[in-house]
Amino acid sequence: MKPTDIRNPDTFHKVVDCQWACPAHTPVPDYIRLIAAGRYGDAYMVNWHSNVFPGILGRTCDRPCEPACRRGRVEEEPVAICRLKRVAADNKADIRARLTPIPSQKNGKRVACIGAGPASLTVARDLAPLGYEVHVFDGEKQGGGFIRSQIPRFRLPAEVIDEEVGYITDRGGVVTHYGQRVESLRALLDAGYDAVFVGSGAPRGRDLDVPGRKEAAANIHIGIDWLSSVSFGHVKEVGRRVIVLGGGNTAMDCCRSARRLGGEQVTVVVRSGFEEMKASPWEKEDAMREGIPILNYLVPKQVLHEAGRLTGMVFETVRAEYDAKGRRQLVPSGEPDVTIEADEVLVAIGQENAFPWIERDIGLEFDRWGLPVLDAVTHQSSIPDVFFGGDAAFGPKNIIWAVAHGHAAAISIDLHCRGEDVRNRPPQGMQLISQKMGIHEWSYDNDVSLDLRYKVPHAAEEVALRDITLEVELGYDRELAFKEAQRCLNCDVQTVFSANLCIECDACVDICPTDCITFTPNGEEQELRGRLKAPALNLDQPLYVADGLKTGRVMVKDEDVCLHCGMCAERCPTGAWDMQQFLLEAAKAPRPTPALAAE
Amino acid sequence: MSFLPKPKLHHPKLPVNELGFTRRDYEGAISTLCAGCGHDSISAAIIQACWELSIEPHRVAKMSGIGCSSKTPDYFLGASHGFNSVHGRMPSVLTGANLANRELLYLGVSGDGDSASIGFGQFAHSIRRAVNMTYIVENNGVYGLTKGQFSATSDKGSKAKKGNVNTDEAIDLAGIALQLGATYVARSFSGDKAQLVPLIKGALRHPGPAFIDCISPCVAFNNHEGSTKSYDFVREHNEAMNQLDVILGRETITADYAPGEVREVTQHDGSILRLRKLHEEYDPTDRVAAMHHLHERKAAGEIVTGLLFIDPDPQDLHEHLGTVELPLNRLNDAALVPGAAALEKINAALR
Repeated sequence: MKPTDIRNPDTFHKVVDCQWACPAHTPVPDYIRLIAAGRYGDAYMVNWHSNVFPGILGRTCDRPCEPACRRGRVEEEPVAICRLKRVAADNKADIRARLTPIPSQKNGKRVACIGAGPASLTVARDLAPLGYEVHVFDGEKQGGGFIRSQIPRFRLPAEVIDEEVGYITDRGGVVTHYGQRVESLRALLDAGYDAVFVGSGAPRGRDLDVPGRKEAAANIHIGIDWLSSVSFGHVKEVGRRVIVLGGGNTAMDCCRSARRLGGEQVTVVVRSGFEEMKASPWEKEDAMREGIPILNYLVPKQVLHEAGRLTGMVFETVRAEYDAKGRRQLVPSGEPDVTIEADEVLVAIGQENAFPWIERDIGLEFDRWGLPVLDAVTHQSSIPDVFFGGDAAFGPKNIIWAVAHGHAAAISIDLHCRGEDVRNRPPQGMQLISQKMGIHEWSYDNDVSLDLRYKVPHAAEEVALRDITLEVELGYDRELAFKEAQRCLNCDVQTVFSANLCIECDACVDICPTDCITFTPNGEEQELRGRLKAPALNLDQPLYVADGLKTGRVMVKDEDVCLHCGMCAERCPTGAWDMQQFLLEAAKAPRPTPALAAE
Repeated sequence: MSFLPKPKLHHPKLPVNELGFTRRDYEGAISTLCAGCGHDSISAAIIQACWELSIEPHRVAKMSGIGCSSKTPDYFLGASHGFNSVHGRMPSVLTGANLANRELLYLGVSGDGDSASIGFGQFAHSIRRAVNMTYIVENNGVYGLTKGQFSATSDKGSKAKKGNVNTDEAIDLAGIALQLGATYVARSFSGDKAQLVPLIKGALRHPGPAFIDCISPCVAFNNHEGSTKSYDFVREHNEAMNQLDVILGRETITADYAPGEVREVTQHDGSILRLRKLHEEYDPTDRVAAMHHLHERKAAGEIVTGLLFIDPDPQDLHEHLGTVELPLNRLNDAALVPGAAALEKINAALR
């Protein structure tokens, strides 16, 4: 194998599994250490620079970081990264003075953002400090987009949305046009903006097409529309017996909302198997904990109704069959149909993009799925002034992806407005900072906690189910947060090897608790992986290879289950191993300042 | 030295042996020796060997004297019996323990100061009495605890860290062990676990006095230019006679060797020591030839390693003395107080 190039930022970035998995590349271990140190404001700022909505995401993020977390590979469960983020938001002092300043001197460029959801707001957050005048349009009376309309208040209090949206819209540089839905892109383009960002989401819920649908229409609702009616107080109650169709997070929000609005028998019905449901495992758990059964392998067949009133639904029982290519097909199982009585049905079987307000003759290309044709990196559309992000760009995803899109689009818009090539992206940088303070002292806490994941306390069910605005998760208190934070393995503190210092004494090999290190003759990767001290079977995890040793062997470190405990460096007599903190300088407009002031 | 214990978390795919233990279960406390000490590698090799042999930790008694090497039993086999004796007195304590209970595996760990200076006589007599044990000397050729004076195994002409030259003749412990009748004699290097681990395994399964002289560089005081026990010097001058594989029970034989390349020695317990010859002429069952070879190659400046001598049919102290088989603590009153008639018989035999 070729020696690993540790000057390439991606090399060590990949080792920080959580940060690598996060679309916005939030430096997770960095802020978790700050939480452990009680520096909540600093932790919040690290988050804010990367993901813009720490308080919101700390409650609602899809957490791609957690399945990636190394802790989940050395014991049962990953670090509760998402809920620790919330701790930073809950416990911080006033951080308003620390937000990136907005210059009073503007650069004369005007950018329009369509929709006030997370993607548009991220664009505004990134561009306003550079002197842009950003105009945000949204049909609703407040900002937040789907964050406000779709996520129930018992999961995300309105104050948190107000606060974090306010950090963007209330500091100058951003002009909000709330209650003003954009009805024509042509008109907006004619208004002379230097760039337009489309962050209008995927606002159309998929409908159900079975006999009886039309006749019982009064008692059948599209999930996302119903959630937003609940959110804005237009719907205050629901029937006693409710069926929720669909297996995604929207379905979970629907069923739990229905439980709080008077639904006593709320049932979730999904076509596929329970395991294949799109909803995050924790959202399914939360729903089931609130007494909501999830029935699987049932396909809607018919809506039952009497005198224009819905009375129930009939489902066909199916099972999954897989063809030679592994594609799944749902075939009738032959078991009798299932009838579920109900007063109302909520349909949460998917969302679609819809751009009725974009004229088809202005030169904006769409693909055959009705999505805009975009450059995957720059987010630029076929009209050079127009950029897309969030659900509007590549179909429904989630908040953290919308933020990542916003960052990428902001870079493009900035380049575009300065007359530069949007493909000429600013480079990623990195810093490696030695953590050595003494022979066996490090400036990070290298004592590996053996605690198992701590559960987040919940409000008592009888209280929580009575009030749809009562936040059901209470969040970690400071003590629990400290203990959970200590479970983090500090994967950003890298094991950096200098072959020229190594005397090949094997001390690191002997001490490594997870058998990561091997000194061996070099070979091809596949063969080499098989003859390490512990075979490196996880091909997603890179090998760190260094040559230049006196015996002609190579040092091979399997990064897979390294605990970053620093024992190799402590036992190294020559300092050939050092523990160095990796700081990614993500390409962003504007760049965050890594230096942190103590509170 | 580390303040923190080694984290308990281990590799999720760490294999278990026949007893269901992982290698980590054979560890002890974290080492307090200097970082990079060869002794820590020997501890790791002992852990590996005991794990591979599926030895029950409570069947092992680890004994040591005084010195850096003699601290190491704290760093392996945390669930075994141990005795940290007076300086140089490990061999007599081990001999006594062995006489009292022959059912344990005796592992003596010592250093060049402990065995070649203050305990030289003890070392010699435990070998010539043929105590059934594994005796490992962690040989760094220097008094590390007292900051780097030459030890009795420092080679004549080698240099100390500050440059002064050793004028005294070195004691070759492997040579002495051969001369005094050890039935398993090996030399190895802490930096070569592929060689060392099988040698320890073979020694642990050997039913007689097994001696391993293990060169173990002292990173603090004896790892410089001019030292003959540094990592670099030993790597450059290492002449391995053979490569040992210890084969237990019905393990399938996978490797293929050319005829004459391999020599097998079956021990009393059925285990097979398979020696892959690296030097064609070398016969590890010929004691006199082994002693001769050792002297010859030393004169040529080489460090001869590998299994230097093996007696396929050894005897030990218990056989020589005709001692009782049961451990003394399990002898009942009838055995301990045989009665007046038995006494009469003994007395009569002495008249």
